[in-house]
Amino acid sequence: MSAILVPPKGLSTAHSVVEPTAFAKRLAATVVVLYAVLTLVPLVWIALTAIKSPPDSISYPPKVVFQPSIEGLCNLFTTRSRQTEEYLKSLPPPATVCDESARRNSMVVVSRSNYLPRFANSLVIAFGSTLLSVGLGVMAAYAFSRFKVPGKDDLMFFILSTRMMPPIAVAIPIYLMYRELGLSDTKLGMILLYSAVNVSLAVWLLKGFIDEIPREYEEAAMVDGYTRLQAFRKVVLPQATTGIVATAIFCLIFAWNEYAFAVLLTSGEAQTAPPFIPIIIGEGGQDWPAVAAGTMLFLIPILVFTVLLRRHLLRGITFGAVRK
Amino acid sequence: MNALLRKLPAFAAIAATGVLSLGSTAAQAQGKTITLCWAAWDPANALVELSKDFTAKSGVNMKFEFVPWPNFADRMLNELNSKGKLCDLIIGDSQWIGGAAESGHYVKLNDFFAKEGIKMSDFMPATVLGYSEWPKGTPNYWALPAMGDALGWTYRKDWFAKPELRAEFKKTYSRELEAPKTWTEFKQVAEFFSGRMIDGKKVYGTYLFTERGSEGITMGVSNVLYPMGFKYQDPKKPYAMDGYVNSADAIKGLEFYKSLYKCCTPPGLTNSYMGEGLDAFKSGQVAMMMNWFAFFPGLYKDPNVGGEKIGFFVNPSDKTTGSQLGGQGISVVAYSPNRAESLAYIKWFATPEVQKKWWALGGYSCHKAVLQDPGFKKSAPFAAEFLTAMDQVVDFWADPSYAQLLLAEQKRIHDFVVADKGTAKEALDGLLADWKKVFKEDGKMK
Amino acid sequence: MMAERAARSTPAPLALRMRGLSDRAIAWLFIAPTMLLLLAINIFPLIWTVRLSFTNFRANRPNAEIVGVGIDHYVAILTDPDVWGPMQATAHFLFWTILLQTLIGFTLAYLIDRKFRGHGFWTTLILIPMMLSPAVVGNFWAFLYQPQIGLFNYIVSFATGIAPSSFEMLGSVKLAPWSIIIVDTWMWTPYVMLICLAGLRSIPDYIYEAAEVDRASAWRQFWSITLPMVLPFIMLAVLFRGIENFKMFDLVNLLTNGGPGSTTEVVSITLKREAFEKWRTGYSSALAIILFVAVFGLANIYVKALNAVKNR
Repeated sequence: MSAILVPPKGLSTAHSVVEPTAFAKRLAATVVVLYAVLTLVPLVWIALTAIKSPPDSISYPPKVVFQPSIEGLCNLFTTRSRQTEEYLKSLPPPATVCDESARRNSMVVVSRSNYLPRFANSLVIAFGSTLLSVGLGVMAAYAFSRFKVPGKDDLMFFILSTRMMPPIAVAIPIYLMYRELGLSDTKLGMILLYSAVNVSLAVWLLKGFIDEIPREYEEAAMVDGYTRLQAFRKVVLPQATTGIVATAIFCLIFAWNEYAFAVLLTSGEAQTAPPFIPIIIGEGGQDWPAVAAGTMLFLIPILVFTVLLRRHLLRGITFGAVRK
Repeated sequence: MNALLRKLPAFAAIAATGVLSLGSTAAQAQGKTITLCWAAWDPANALVELSKDFTAKSGVNMKFEFVPWPNFADRMLNELNSKGKLCDLIIGDSQWIGGAAESGHYVKLNDFFAKEGIKMSDFMPATVLGYSEWPKGTPNYWALPAMGDALGWTYRKDWFAKPELRAEFKKTYSRELEAPKTWTEFKQVAEFFSGRMIDGKKVYGTYLFTERGSEGITMGVSNVLYPMGFKYQDPKKPYAMDGYVNSADAIKGLEFYKSLYKCCTPPGLTNSYMGEGLDAFKSGQVAMMMNWFAFFPGLYKDPNVGGEKIGFFVNPSDKTTGSQLGGQGISVVAYSPNRAESLAYIKWFATPEVQKKWWALGGYSCHKAVLQDPGFKKSAPFAAEFLTAMDQVVDFWADPSYAQLLLAEQKRIHDFVVADKGTAKEALDGLLADWKKVFKEDGKMK
Repeated sequence: MMAERAARSTPAPLALRMRGLSDRAIAWLFIAPTMLLLLAINIFPLIWTVRLSFTNFRANRPNAEIVGVGIDHYVAILTDPDVWGPMQATAHFLFWTILLQTLIGFTLAYLIDRKFRGHGFWTTLILIPMMLSPAVVGNFWAFLYQPQIGLFNYIVSFATGIAPSSFEMLGSVKLAPWSIIIVDTWMWTPYVMLICLAGLRSIPDYIYEAAEVDRASAWRQFWSITLPMVLPFIMLAVLFRGIENFKMFDLVNLLTNGGPGSTTEVVSITLKREAFEKWRTGYSSALAIILFVAVFGLANIYVKALNAVKNR
């Protein structure tokens, strides 16, 4: 086998696809790095905007060099109102860094903004729906993989088809239905909704993974006296961990970033961050540093999650949907 | 990995709880709390300040739910349509009066006003008509006028004062460079400034509303249409719109707005409303800006363009005068469980002392005691302009189906002005057809 | 029935020792919750939508009388010239985003598969745009596209020398659709890249080695081995991106809101306006059903083709 691996030099002008030449690697590296850098420029700009002062963020032409300011972060977390100079002079000295920042603009901090509650809602709803959809998905996927379910192919396509309606369209009856059931603007309602949307992806992905796990393992376990359920829990699930994690990442990204349903079906109680961030208003216009700060902070959980589990993510794409 | 997976739900729950407790709002004090819903903008913050007086006097705590303008209508109408209990009081847009009255979302206030001696004659007639009455012109009141507003203009007084510019302008137009009073003058000033270099940067004449999504471009274009003679319908025959919506004056007005948009506005402002206007003016891109009077107190105090640098003028006139009405009235939501306290708030808000304080904090009172006070015109650099504007306000339709009428106008006007589709006549003829269809569906027309 | 089959297929000693719930019970136990959830949240509303599409119901007038209007809405939609505008805008968007994302995504995947030093790090970086919320992305890119205060025009000017204020992306009828295509491609090319990368990685080395022995050139290897074996993955990526972009709402809503005029009004925006601004619930339900049937039909055909390619 090893004799075939390395083609004798001079015999063929073909480059081995298995082991690319150093030149090919360098060329590939250059192009990829160039693309990565180009694609990250907007992100870097968002990060820079987060530490600009509001006038700097809308300066014309745009400023690349500027004096950093904490106003964006402060504005993100507080609401402020403008006061008269006399009133400002009558106040005790500013207590926190954000108080100071507000006073510099002749304003006082009124209260905490809604950002943290929205962020918290996002955490609860996104993680909750991910747990539910992956949980339900792994069970259904196992059943579809191992058992002869009547009309399996049709059921699988049916499950896929639930993804095909534009959210706006489904939102109308769901809005009416939730209104009747009292689920309007509740976290539970949103968790159920996102789970329903994600479960189709979860079932398709997980079936592929479970298909790859040889049945012999469970059958061996059952020979040893385990019930089917125990075999599922103790044999199949651990083997499917990679797939479960990968599926969870995709489901989480969707639920974390979802906007249409959140905007249409929530208002005060259960609203998540995506509808909130684009409408952070400063004095009249959009407070771009605050919006940028909100965006960067919101990105962090997903980024951390994905980076920690990126190996599983790549494995997770090879779903059995494509394999025979 | 298994261990991590098993701990994941617990971890998530702990994290969520932790952040949740961080974000919880202040605990409720003893005594009742009522929630007031409005748009999130400068006057709302002023109202928070003002309401501390109500809490002090009545012991009722106030909670506020502010939604930024782009989402305000969607959110609040959603809330009302689902009989939501989020809001006890709502400062709703003037356009919603028809729908809210006919669907029973607002409490009718006539009896309450009579009982408490609150007289509508104490408020400016234009505001009573615009913010409280439905049907229009009848003494049925669904709101107390809370925030008077209209479209006005700001300009860079410091640029207008530059001697070299004044000299050049006088040479070209044989008159002094000052805030325009007619639309012809306006165009001259706008053209004068467009493309000029000031302080090392290229500037433009004016900023115009062009927003596509909610109501921006309609509000903007109305400011030109009204003074040029546009009318929504025959004054004597409701809903008879032929020859009024698409009159020769209207066509001229629409073409004029487009010509202003093309010649004298900064590039890229194709979907812009209030916020973008403030950005453009504050960053020194434009010499004049149209916007709601509500923003003027904040602009006056801006460190970059406020104080001596800013001036204000009322909407220019042409054949006649007219300013687009903004503003809102405060109403009690019919589904609120705290009706008594909400009505008490309205009673408190309607007193002249509170109204005067409202104006001082930056809210636009509609009470005659404030507006007709001899000192009013001098109380702020835009006060006189505000009074003039409120004398000449015209409002958009306030019918229950106003949203469809508005969306039709948004599409037709934006298609013509920004997307260069068709002619002004076609746009207005199309708009007339759209509006007829809506009114026919509603049964208001045969 | 299932228990019998299971019993027949397992060796006799096992059949005697099977304990616990029968396989059939487990199958139903495992599938039922998913089906229930889907029925409740997807199917039931779908049926309700169909029912609504035959009425004149308006969600903002819950107390008004509901009158059946038969297929009036459907006829109105199918004969309304104004409906084809959004369809065209959506089709244009779909075609170009899929084309660009597939080309760029596959190229990137192929290059990354050369396994140069540090490729894992750069791959992770490239993934970041995909992790942002489309709504937030749309909001921010609207800011970036501003000719005066945004970065995009200045960078283009830096690279090509055209003045920054001489063109505008979002406001021009010609360029606005491309603005959205650029942003969507920026966001989702990593997704296609990942799928293609998985496909490339799944091709076993020995196939290439065998080709090597046969003295196949690099080009031939690419066309007869690499491409055919990655094709099912590419098709899957196209399927998922296609379905997602057909439903696209957030990005367009925040970038242009369908403007200028109605140039970039994709069908989701029309649907949102009809349903949640004009409150014409019956009409918008009919439109939603028409769209759903269209996607369902197309996806059905596509998945059959995909399965055919898979089973070659």
